[in-house]
Amino acid sequence: MSTSPQAQTGKPSLWARHKIFETNSILLILGILIVVSIGGLVEIAPLFYLRSTIEKVEGMRPYTPLELAGRAIYVREGCYNCHSQMIRPLRDEIERYGHFSLAAESMYDKPFQWGSKRTGPDLARVGGKYSDAWQLQHLNAPRSLVPQSIMPGYPFLATTELDVNRIAQEMRVNRMSGVPYTDEMIANAVTDLRAQVDPDHPQADAFQKRYPKAASRDFDGNPQRITEADAMIAYLQMLGTLVDFKKYDNKANLR
Amino acid sequence: MAAAQHFSMRGNETIGAGLCAAFGVLFLIIAGLTDHSGYAFHMVVMALASGLGFYAIVNRAAQGETRHEPLEINGRPNYNDGPVRFATIAAMFWGIAGFTVGLLIALQLAFPALNFDLPWTNFGRLRPLHTSAVIFAFGGNVLLGTSFYVVQRTCQARLAGVLSPWFVVLGYNLFIVVAGTGYLLGITQGKEYAEPEWYADLFLTVVWVVYLLVFLATIWRRKEPHIYVANWFYLGFIVTIAVLHLGNNATIPISLTSPKSYILWSGIQDAMFQWWYGHNAVGFFLTAGFLAIMYYFIPKRAERPVYSYRLSIIHFWALIFLYIWAGPHHLHYTALPDWAQTLGMTFSIMLWMPSWGGMINGLMTLSGAWDKLRTDPVLRMMVVSVAFYGMSTFEGPLMSIKAVNSLSHYTDWTIGHVHSGALGWVGYVSFGAIYCLVPWLWKRERLYSNRLVEWHFWISTIGIVFYISAMWVSGIMQGLMWRAYTSLGFLEYSFVETVAAMHPYYVIRAFGGGLFLLGSLLMAYNLWMTVRAVAPRAEDVPANLQHVPAE
Repeated sequence: MSTSPQAQTGKPSLWARHKIFETNSILLILGILIVVSIGGLVEIAPLFYLRSTIEKVEGMRPYTPLELAGRAIYVREGCYNCHSQMIRPLRDEIERYGHFSLAAESMYDKPFQWGSKRTGPDLARVGGKYSDAWQLQHLNAPRSLVPQSIMPGYPFLATTELDVNRIAQEMRVNRMSGVPYTDEMIANAVTDLRAQVDPDHPQADAFQKRYPKAASRDFDGNPQRITEADAMIAYLQMLGTLVDFKKYDNKANLR
Repeated sequence: MAAAQHFSMRGNETIGAGLCAAFGVLFLIIAGLTDHSGYAFHMVVMALASGLGFYAIVNRAAQGETRHEPLEINGRPNYNDGPVRFATIAAMFWGIAGFTVGLLIALQLAFPALNFDLPWTNFGRLRPLHTSAVIFAFGGNVLLGTSFYVVQRTCQARLAGVLSPWFVVLGYNLFIVVAGTGYLLGITQGKEYAEPEWYADLFLTVVWVVYLLVFLATIWRRKEPHIYVANWFYLGFIVTIAVLHLGNNATIPISLTSPKSYILWSGIQDAMFQWWYGHNAVGFFLTAGFLAIMYYFIPKRAERPVYSYRLSIIHFWALIFLYIWAGPHHLHYTALPDWAQTLGMTFSIMLWMPSWGGMINGLMTLSGAWDKLRTDPVLRMMVVSVAFYGMSTFEGPLMSIKAVNSLSHYTDWTIGHVHSGALGWVGYVSFGAIYCLVPWLWKRERLYSNRLVEWHFWISTIGIVFYISAMWVSGIMQGLMWRAYTSLGFLEYSFVETVAAMHPYYVIRAFGGGLFLLGSLLMAYNLWMTVRAVAPRAEDVPANLQHVPAE
């Protein structure tokens, strides 16, 4: 162990003072905890109250039960490994994908799906860009539509029945951590899910009232059953469609 | 107690067996109640593991007093190397498994038919399997094994606890099995590098707390008043990973009978938590922990003291303070506020300094022993790992600059950067440590073949060069293609054209990865033969005095 010249003259140097950490494991751990807490606190805590990060934007609504189920499949299949959902405010990205993404547009996303890699294109505004039939065919066999694509096929989505048993409970858990699902939405979760794939459903109007402007149709072209492809396509078709940028006031949250 | 040769259980054994039994039953009940087949499978696996734990504890207790190992023999510490040996074998196993999956997904990107259009084999599920297998299974076992080895040697004390060190290594590997099979079955949180679901996370938390306690309690047994520098880094790694794990996995399960959960944070807050976690998984798991390996194994192997003691103090505190701030550089130009992005960038650039300080401390430890690089391929591997550390910790700050990041983000450049750190730094320093450890742990005179180490070194170095150059070219090229405009002001390339342009580089990358895997197979063979065919050490030198001759 090195001792500095000052240490020998009686006044301990900074180096000698460090001995307290080297000889006391609990102080060392406390020191580590304090030192590693600072950066995280400064960067994370303000995000819970700054206006720009908790802004409310017109049009944002929680996911419908079917979209939430579709999102769970998106997460389950690891789509985020190759697709981002975050358009940066760069000229080429705005031209390629549309208006840059707002913080508010992922405010109900648990977990967020901004992604880190674009092996495939960004999906933040893919909603409405392609028809349901295109999406279904593309999920089943991507290279039948885009010969140079390297995306895996997901033909099993269209043949797998969607598991709707826990959807109300999933919404309840989302509500516990801040997604504004109402009691009514939760009570009607399964009905709403069925109503979204069937525009003639007796509850179709009530569903539309609960989730304004939600698309309601048979997404996978197979009215007999509700499949995972229904949920997945419903989710893909709503991505980036909630905020109307003709009405969006980008000065509203400046201060 | 003293006379008991018959069945006798001590307090902690009774508690251990009781917990195993209680949790085993709980897991079985959940397995019976759930309608999710993957979750039921996991509960059965965990129940089986609990049953085996119960059996092992009771069976051990049946041996009576003979089961208790003394802390010291003839005044010398009686090291407990069983868990270290287990972790070393597990590291080698998971390493090869993780590299193989990496090769497979690299080939999938070049030849998409290899996805087979099945749920269990698609890229989206296999990629987390690869990252978790190499980071947490391979890297994690290296860290567990080396930390248990190093803390005993540097404290001159036997590992604390009897059952707990085994619980740590076995429990950790059970977590790996549950996490990895979960991805294939579609059980994931969907957060990069934190994909395991709530029950796996809770179990890991328990394992991790016991890990910290075993490590600390061993430090408390030390003979030397000072805690050796490698142990600061191990402590920094263990404590900070615990904090990060808790922050990024704050989820509410849907129910006890469902594997699914939702995270407390959403959107932008979740993004910041994620990359605070994600970047510091790099900083504390893949850096601090492996720097501890550097600070023990390089001086040991080179038979030289650490270059500068003061530099290691600065290195330690500066590194852990600055790293935590760097997360937002993963979120440049996103909806994260600019001030947070700027902070992330600034601290990332500052981080260059302690990183290189540490590199210098590691490299200069060879002062006066540089000639050993010619004769000892194991030492060479570790020194080259430190050089790769220097290279990727220069590249990292460069890529964190917003202007550079606007090009590099979302492209293969990031993948190349990660792999120069992962293959070059983490991989090589781990290989070096394992090459040192196996003869030490199995008490062999030397490695089976230094020539094979040479082959391993060169084959995998060439592999790394192919890998990272391919990713530099493909990443920068794709970034430029995305932003290319025609003279008329239109975007020049459709997205899929940029995908098609990647094909040759994906083939080259897979080739490089294949070489790296081949190298690790040579290593496994060499280690196997070291244990099987090399003569035991002639004299049983006490472990604290032993050296492995550099041939």
